[in-house]
Amino acid sequence: MGRYVLRRLLQMIPVFIGTTFLIFVMVHALGDPVNALFGDKAPDPAVAAQIRAQYNLNDPLWLQYVKYMGNLFRWDFGTTFSGQTVTSLLATAYPATLKLTAVAFTIEVVFGIGFGLISGLRRGGVADNSVLILTLVVISIPTFVTGYVLQYLIGVKWGIVPATAGDPLTLQSLLLPGIVLASVSLAYVARLTRTTVAENSKADYVRTATAKGLPRRRVVINHLLRNSLIPVVTFLGTDLGALMGGALVTERIFNIHGVGFYLYQGIVRQNSNTVVGFVTILVIVFLAANLLVDLLYAVLDPRIRYA
Amino acid sequence: MPDLIEKKKTEAVAVSAPEKPEKARSLGSDAWQELRRNPVFLLSAALILLLIVITIAPGLFTSVDPRAGDLRNHYLSKPSYGHLFQDDWFGYDGQGRSIYARVIYGARASIIVGTCVTAAVTVFGGLLGMLAGYFGGWVDTLLSRITDIFFGIPLLLGALVVLNAFTARTVWSVVFALVALGWTQMARVMRGSVITVKQADYVTAARALGAGTPRILFKHILPNAVAPVIVVATIALGGYIATEATLSFLGIGLQDPTISWGIDINSAQNVIRTAPHVLFFPAGMLSLTVLAFIMLGDAVRDALDPKLR
Repeated sequence: MGRYVLRRLLQMIPVFIGTTFLIFVMVHALGDPVNALFGDKAPDPAVAAQIRAQYNLNDPLWLQYVKYMGNLFRWDFGTTFSGQTVTSLLATAYPATLKLTAVAFTIEVVFGIGFGLISGLRRGGVADNSVLILTLVVISIPTFVTGYVLQYLIGVKWGIVPATAGDPLTLQSLLLPGIVLASVSLAYVARLTRTTVAENSKADYVRTATAKGLPRRRVVINHLLRNSLIPVVTFLGTDLGALMGGALVTERIFNIHGVGFYLYQGIVRQNSNTVVGFVTILVIVFLAANLLVDLLYAVLDPRIRYA
Repeated sequence: MPDLIEKKKTEAVAVSAPEKPEKARSLGSDAWQELRRNPVFLLSAALILLLIVITIAPGLFTSVDPRAGDLRNHYLSKPSYGHLFQDDWFGYDGQGRSIYARVIYGARASIIVGTCVTAAVTVFGGLLGMLAGYFGGWVDTLLSRITDIFFGIPLLLGALVVLNAFTARTVWSVVFALVALGWTQMARVMRGSVITVKQADYVTAARALGAGTPRILFKHILPNAVAPVIVVATIALGGYIATEATLSFLGIGLQDPTISWGIDINSAQNVIRTAPHVLFFPAGMLSLTVLAFIMLGDAVRDALDPKLR
């Protein structure tokens, strides 16, 4: 087990370096950050030279990357062009996004698996068909449309929950953004759970469990659901990264100053330190989630053992 | 060694000869028989056909210039809805432009982005996945790590960074950005599919008969490994259309002279409280288009998956 985790962690290093370098190249190679800073006006040559020297912009790209990574290990993410340290931005942004993601993830897991289970157990029934149609509709409507419509109806017109989530973030104000962020993934989870539950409900071990007289509740939860969860957990693991990326849209609609908000600002202003810093943390979260998923397999299915 | 190959050749001929007269249907024609009877497939195919006609000849559906604005037609001074198929059918937007005409002309950007991205991603990602899956070893290790690296960056985020570098963004820059970051999914699906197929007996048989690598890859492996890729590609097509709209909505996608549902939704977001119909029609058309492609993908998957029959 320990050796397996160690091996996986070592395998992550090249992917981590590759992904951060890729985003570094994309931000730098595709446009001059100093020009972007000055917008349509031509920058004063002396000021431009000063900025270039201060942010190592005269070095070749690989050297900039090496310097950046070296600083990163001392927990120095650099500063933005306006002088704030990126670590201070990270410290304000990540708690907000983590709260939002936690709310969305809980909604996704509870309702996604719940609906999928109900639908998969009664395949072809009224509940099944309505879940199928509803999830199809939810998947088809882009998140930003769902966001605006729900914000207008529930937040503004009926006033059930706050329409925007300001500061401080309360659970109540995060409910609506959480639902919007979770909606598409929730639909996928429900469909995935439905398929695997329906497939496994005809399995021999389910018939055995029923035949030996176990109550239906126990058959469904301990035998059927546990065995059906592996593909769902796989999806949830990769989706955690997608949720934090999807916050780009949701946070904009609901005015939450989280990762999506600062990333968008960073991209528009070509502020490489902000973009690379935020993406670096995102990549770490993404890789860690994937490792966690692989370890969860062993919990769900005792036959899987990691030597 | 040549003896052995010769022997296998005659064996293969001997086995296949008596089966000839039955002429079994291929997986493809089997799937087609299944699809023809599926109402979901017929509905989504009809919708997509309509969208393609709209893309090629928007003039058939409206004679109004979608860029011509008349402020007397501003959404506050005109009632929301009008006459069927007339230019005032869906009402007017904030610059007095016909929403119906804009919805019709907006289909072009979405369909072009969706089909071009899917085609490019399937060819490029599929090819890399096929090479990684077939050759294995260091080729697989190298290609899989590269795929992992690109997979780590969320599609929307990466596309934003790439597109931000373009000062004048057209449909083709959006296609470029989405292809540059979207090919990983296809590569992974194709790789997995090729790995299962390459162990099949008919591949060994083809190799024993002396077929070269390109022939084995394209004549034997590709036709048998392509089904999951087709399914993922069809469903992903709807996703790419939604991503294009999201990028335009965020203001880093298509730009104004181009007509796109995403741009119209972006400009409608501020008036949603006074004139919801300005948002509703482009958003509705966008959702309907994405829905059509997802339903098509679902139907194709059901038809291609023999386990469900």
